[in-house]
Amino acid sequence: MYLLCPAAGKSRLTRPATALLYSCFLLTITLFNCHPTSAIPAFARKYGMPCSACHEAWPKLSPFGQQFKDNGYQMGNDRDAPIFQNPAYWPIALRITPNWHLETFNNAVVDGTGGPNSAVENYKTQGFDYTGMDILTAGTLAKDFSFLLVPSSDETGAFHFESVNLRFSNILNSSWFNIKVGKFELDNLQSEKRIMTLSSNGGFYQNYHFQPLVQPGVPEASYTFGIGDNQIGIEWMGHSKNDRTRVSASLLNGTDGNPDFITGNGGAAGRAYSGFFAASQAFEIGNLGLQRVGGFAYIGQTPTFSRFTNTGPDGVPVPIPGTGIGNQLYYRLGLIGMWYVKKFDLTTMYFYGHDSAYLGTNTPANQPLPPGAHAPSWNGGLFEAHYTFNPQMIFINRYELIRMSQQAFSSNPGDTGDVDALTFGFRYYPFMNSRAGFAFHNEYSIVWQRNIFISPVTGFPAGITSSSLMFGLDFAF
Amino acid sequence: MRTTTQLELALSLVALVFVPILAPAQQMESHVGKLTGNSNAGADLYYRYCWGCHGARGNGDGENAPWVQPTPRNFVAATYKCRSTPTGTLPTDEDLYNSLGRGFITTNMPSWITLTDQNRADLVAFIKTFSPRWKTEKPGDSIAVPPEPALTLASIQHGKELFQKLECWKCHGPEGRGDGPSASTLTDSNDQPIKPYNFYTGYRFKCGTSNSDLYKIFMSGLDGTPMPSFADVVKPEEAWDLVHYLRTLQIWHKSPELTLWESTPQGAEIVKAEKVRNTYTGNPIHP
Repeated sequence: MYLLCPAAGKSRLTRPATALLYSCFLLTITLFNCHPTSAIPAFARKYGMPCSACHEAWPKLSPFGQQFKDNGYQMGNDRDAPIFQNPAYWPIALRITPNWHLETFNNAVVDGTGGPNSAVENYKTQGFDYTGMDILTAGTLAKDFSFLLVPSSDETGAFHFESVNLRFSNILNSSWFNIKVGKFELDNLQSEKRIMTLSSNGGFYQNYHFQPLVQPGVPEASYTFGIGDNQIGIEWMGHSKNDRTRVSASLLNGTDGNPDFITGNGGAAGRAYSGFFAASQAFEIGNLGLQRVGGFAYIGQTPTFSRFTNTGPDGVPVPIPGTGIGNQLYYRLGLIGMWYVKKFDLTTMYFYGHDSAYLGTNTPANQPLPPGAHAPSWNGGLFEAHYTFNPQMIFINRYELIRMSQQAFSSNPGDTGDVDALTFGFRYYPFMNSRAGFAFHNEYSIVWQRNIFISPVTGFPAGITSSSLMFGLDFAF
Repeated sequence: MRTTTQLELALSLVALVFVPILAPAQQMESHVGKLTGNSNAGADLYYRYCWGCHGARGNGDGENAPWVQPTPRNFVAATYKCRSTPTGTLPTDEDLYNSLGRGFITTNMPSWITLTDQNRADLVAFIKTFSPRWKTEKPGDSIAVPPEPALTLASIQHGKELFQKLECWKCHGPEGRGDGPSASTLTDSNDQPIKPYNFYTGYRFKCGTSNSDLYKIFMSGLDGTPMPSFADVVKPEEAWDLVHYLRTLQIWHKSPELTLWESTPQGAEIVKAEKVRNTYTGNPIHP
């Protein structure tokens, strides 16, 4: 549990809890720094096409690549089944990025002369490094039966399964009837698995993972969820032949993609289902390119306490997985537009998030809400621009913002947890072929988070600014 | 004098080297309906999507060409299978545009229907810059496709007779399975082995899916392949009879022709025998 102590009418985080908060923060950015599913050179080898056919600049999909994915990794030429491949062909690719990066933290809590976690300092870390690795195996088992299996490691070599799914495509010869089962990326048009930036701060979308703070220094612990995280469940997806119209609906475990019915934070064991719905329509405007507008909704619920626990030898009761009850609602809604003016494109996204007051205040649903509790809600925005000079050079710029519209407690400063994030960079692909991919990756990202902890020096809420500078050699083969 | 000659020689060499580079690339346009394709815009698209197979110079020698069968189209030769124009002539812009959108089954050429209409028109314009034929020749006139006559048993029976008389079976096989006595000897214009169309497993054709597409294939031929044009030996109504009969060979693909054919004792017996003869799984693994 998070430890609170009253001071001047405010709840304040104790020093060990502050350290825990920072540990979580650092762990989070480390985890997000793992490579997601992305470009798959095994497909390029299979079909003899350069990366640029399916990717405007890998890993960002082109409309052609999106249709290929939506068609179950098939071109539809009666040549997709593995029976047509040379028996020596293996549908496997790997991706990893050696890099040099500089991380800067402003307002970081550190040990001081006053004891542990008693000071606030700015510090930098830098050096050569490497990311986690994805082993990307994907393709068809037979016509209209496709798979994606991605064992993925962090930079220490600890593996997990990022994706494990089987897809039945074109059921009844209809492109409107495709079923996917397993662990998969949600049908996000702005795919975090194909994000163009990789650094600790810029390697994920803030809006996809934001959860409000209970109070400054007290993160929401009732559940863990990220719309950018791969989830476990079943998805129906349909699309028009030319992929202009796309719709999908998913039924998902409320475990944020974790197996064995365990919620991401190890709290109340998961026993809930969630739904994700997405739809979009593309249209042409003259010779500017293909424009697309769409919307999505994630409607989830998660237990707030466990019905059954068992106590181990250490005397600590442990929730029995899958027995959580007291489900509470949370949801995320969004609108997205993808606008093209020839080589320039801009993605705009509006995001709205809402958690129940029980989730927002870490209160089990069988207990009364604390005084002043509210259901937190917030608005978010994303603007990501690209200039694709040619298939071998792309410039990237992204700005995200998150603004709380309702705090979990009315005593919180109104901007507690607000986020601004700016990322820019470019990727240069010195060669382009159908066997492998390589990019010089250059990126700078800076994130401002407001009032997310209580300063041990001033005793008042304070924000953190962190930035990343990264030069990487991103390769996949 | 000597200095002047050396200077002229030097200038000539410079011109020889740089003039081809500085000279504007051959400009082309395409016209498809209300669209006007521009070859400059098409070049960007070509070097994003197409060069891997068709090659930087459009002569079909892309880095993947050695592993692609059938070999990628050679745009310099400008010989195209799918046309609405008579054999030996250039296709219309719309023919090329439709080919891009349709793709070619049982080949590595996918459908590019996800590109915008303008993109495809631009690509057509650029593809035409590879061959001098587009500067010296005009596309042929589109073959007229008369209205399809009413489907009758007599039409199917006559088509069956034509299938024998025109010796279609020599390549396509007696039951249309692409296993005729000549099938194993066929080569395309690149001297590469080529297989005749297998009606038994196929449900789409390289140049379309409709009856009128099949009609055009007879009448225009597939240039660059052993499939000739029958425009000079088959009357339009006879071509339609052939279309009706060939549809009955696609026994796994429901069509009005197959339904009518199966309603006769002879047709039902043939179709049943064909279905029993092969354990077709619905997955066309044979081209």
